[in-house]
Amino acid sequence: MQALYAQLLVGLINGSFYALLSLGLAVIFGMLNIINFAHGAVYMMGAFVAYFLLNNTYLSIGYWPALIIAPIVVGIFGMILERTMLQWLAGLDHLYGLLLTFGLALIIQGVFQNYFGSSGLPYAIPDYPAIGGFHGLQGGINLGFMFLPIYRGWVVIFSLVVCIGTWYLIERTRLGAYLRAATENPTLVRAFGINVPRMITLTYGLGVGLAALAGVLSAPINQVRPLMGENLIIVVFAVVVIGGMGSIMGSIVTGFTLGVIEGLTKYFYPEASNTVVFVFMVLVLLVKPTGLTGRAA
Amino acid sequence: MTAMTDDTIRVTPRAMRDEIIAFCAMAGLLAIVPLTGIYPFFVMQALCFALLACAFNLLIGYGGLLSFGHAMFLGTAGYVTAHALKVWAVPPELGILAGTAAAAALAVITGLVAIRRQGIYFAMITLALSQLLYFVYVQTPFTHGEDGIQGVPLGHLFGIFNLANSTILYYVVLAGFLFGFLLIFRTINSPFGEVLKAVRENEPRAISLGYKTEQYKLLAYILSGSLAGLAGSLKVLVAQNASLTDVEVAMSGQIVLMTLVGGLGTVFGPVVGAFVIIAMQQYLAGFGQWVTVIQGCIFVACVLTFRRGVIGEIAHYFRRSL
Repeated sequence: MQALYAQLLVGLINGSFYALLSLGLAVIFGMLNIINFAHGAVYMMGAFVAYFLLNNTYLSIGYWPALIIAPIVVGIFGMILERTMLQWLAGLDHLYGLLLTFGLALIIQGVFQNYFGSSGLPYAIPDYPAIGGFHGLQGGINLGFMFLPIYRGWVVIFSLVVCIGTWYLIERTRLGAYLRAATENPTLVRAFGINVPRMITLTYGLGVGLAALAGVLSAPINQVRPLMGENLIIVVFAVVVIGGMGSIMGSIVTGFTLGVIEGLTKYFYPEASNTVVFVFMVLVLLVKPTGLTGRAA
Repeated sequence: MTAMTDDTIRVTPRAMRDEIIAFCAMAGLLAIVPLTGIYPFFVMQALCFALLACAFNLLIGYGGLLSFGHAMFLGTAGYVTAHALKVWAVPPELGILAGTAAAAALAVITGLVAIRRQGIYFAMITLALSQLLYFVYVQTPFTHGEDGIQGVPLGHLFGIFNLANSTILYYVVLAGFLFGFLLIFRTINSPFGEVLKAVRENEPRAISLGYKTEQYKLLAYILSGSLAGLAGSLKVLVAQNASLTDVEVAMSGQIVLMTLVGGLGTVFGPVVGAFVIIAMQQYLAGFGQWVTVIQGCIFVACVLTFRRGVIGEIAHYFRRSL
């Protein structure tokens, strides 16, 4: 049973990353009509920014500030990409956005691979602040039925909070209302005096920032590798196909659910753990082609 | 799909004549390659990729469906052909047939799933399906995992032509390429091709006119996958091995890049694009990993400034259809 719970936890963690990434993809697709193929690359950049912050002798900034700084840095990088390249694709077929961002992913991953090789760089779990007997997020708690490494529990809970926060921002605030309105009818929203192009740029920054945040969270678990996002993004695409991109909550729920399904597969039939999400996608397409929560595309 | 075809030129007798002249020029040039002393392996490899890109282009250029998983047909046909030639020791013609048939079967199965969604979802689904297949091939014993199937014996085609002779092999590959190319050329100029273009331009209207658009798309997908499979089988004869690199996502990306560089939706673009990209890989091999970065830059540059591609730009300049 210990092993089952451990795999469930791994599944929940992967599910957190799926949720954060598919959420960003959905938000970006809503505003820019672009599927961001570079999402895996910016996820990797988030992890690398955290790594640089820690290992630069002048900065040596730790995990907690990196959790905020890395998404902002990568988000700004994303906004520059949007201003200089993606905005010129407005009005063209969706496919050009996919091709452009695929090219960007090749460039980003290629450059990192040239400088850092393909092997993983270690990133330690933070050992501060020390509260009671705990050293930051290191170590674990014995829950009786399983041993819970604190860092892994933290990743799941924090991701959930960020996901719900993003949902709240988009579905329940005034800014989110503008965003949803601009998704439906950008021309009309512009006529009301709202700067839609700036909102588009910020949206791209937000989506990319969420991916970078996932990258920082995964750095102590999966190590920092230039290709860490390469296969992940394809799984996230499958998650997006399964969940549909029409609903924010749908992305979050689908992401976590598929992570758990993957975790269970690792326990019961490990040979299929790489493929289970894709198989699930095929089944969903056969039964409900529009995706579980999505509207018709 | 308006952006992709804003300069569509109607098929007129003159356009048809241009294309036939261009085809004869291409076939003539390719036929004299062995006499020129150009390294035949390079041209054979480029021909396989040219056929692959043409097959891919049939879907995107005429059906409006971007497949990001065409490597799965290349790889599947390659593995089956290599396995048939090496383990079952069948003659090469049967090996090619088996590989192409396997790709066709795969196209039927994946097509039934993928054509349920359009546009961007279609691209993501084909990508996910090819990744699924990649993991299957990593684990199944007959592909020999990371090693691949090495040292595939070639034998005699139809019991006459000794494929170990590189000139004979060249003409066999050229014949395969021209067969695939002409089949695609015939398809896009047939009533079937016209319906396909109508589906690309305005699917709801095509449906309202009574066309079962799903069937047309599925048929185009199967044809495209089968021809990509033929390219994969021929590639095994050229390289004498089948490996995981042919099933990877990076390979699918390269197919897209070749077609984009040559010109999406042009008849000759994918051929030109394949030669450009393969030549680039040869000359830039010394740059190692930077080739990926360069390819990424070409992607970005093409999408931002050069969406018609080489042949598309030429055709646009001369107001011809090529």
